[in-house]
Amino acid sequence: MAASRQFSVQVEVLLRDGIADPQGATIERALPALGLDGVTAVRAGKSFRFDLAAADESDALAQATVVADRLLANPVIEESQVTVRPAGAPV
Amino acid sequence: MAPRIGVVLFPGTNCEHDAIQAIERLGGTADLVWHGATSAVGYDALILPGGFAHGDYLRPGAIARFSPVMDTVAEFAHSGGPVIGICNGFQVLTEAGLLPGALQKNRGLRFLCTTTTLRVECSDTALTAGVPVGTELAIPINHFEGNYTCDASTLAQLRDEGRIVLRYIDNPNGSIDDIAGVCNAGRNVVGLMPHPERASDPLLGSEDGVVLLRALLRTADAATPAA
Repeated sequence: MAASRQFSVQVEVLLRDGIADPQGATIERALPALGLDGVTAVRAGKSFRFDLAAADESDALAQATVVADRLLANPVIEESQVTVRPAGAPV
Repeated sequence: MAPRIGVVLFPGTNCEHDAIQAIERLGGTADLVWHGATSAVGYDALILPGGFAHGDYLRPGAIARFSPVMDTVAEFAHSGGPVIGICNGFQVLTEAGLLPGALQKNRGLRFLCTTTTLRVECSDTALTAGVPVGTELAIPINHFEGNYTCDASTLAQLRDEGRIVLRYIDNPNGSIDDIAGVCNAGRNVVGLMPHPERASDPLLGSEDGVVLLRALLRTADAATPAA
């Protein structure tokens, strides 16, 4: 078996375009109270981080994408973005 | 023999005894099926009741989908066995891919606990067999994520195939096309956000849920027990 390396994974999950995001809209409506009128297109989502052992970076990305697509996001309403980097590498 | 209904219990389910009591009051028999179960032999229908399976962590139903019992539920459904998902159970069935679409947070971000009026939209599903189209039922809802959504092609398919089972008369949560319940292509798997078991006794303020639960018992009675 190939020696495995450690990777750090970040998965960001956001509602798909066209799916109502009442949380983002509510946050946006609160911002004028801070005196900020220029903030638009606020979207609320979730962020996940985990460590993963994989043969190489493409293997890590493939595994992390399975985690994102099959569990962390519901593809009917959400989309995910997966970022993989070697453990210890600067963000 | 009275139809025997399995009521699936996940950690965090909390409407299982309401469902059992409602079924037994109507002459059915019902007992709990633990989420670790790997067989549904002997049951004529399964109910996935309301609650917060696995704490609703991540998304409602997202973790419950991986409970061992879900393979059994899927086999039972694929063999034609009646499966009803109520509230959280509906969310679990969509996450498991046994029903289309998804339940997102209510429009207005409010938890809703109120009685809604529903319109029966088809008379040939496991939950509405023999119930005339247009029948109006007063049945409570109790949810935060009950805003049904799906993509445009799925919605068109649901309409074309007559798979919208129940609609809200006065949409409480923003659900697309006022959808309160849908079924699968086989019409044996039905999910709905309202709680018929909470409208099953005069003491509860409405008995209208009995109309649906009786239909389920009729369907279960007619169904051949699935493996």
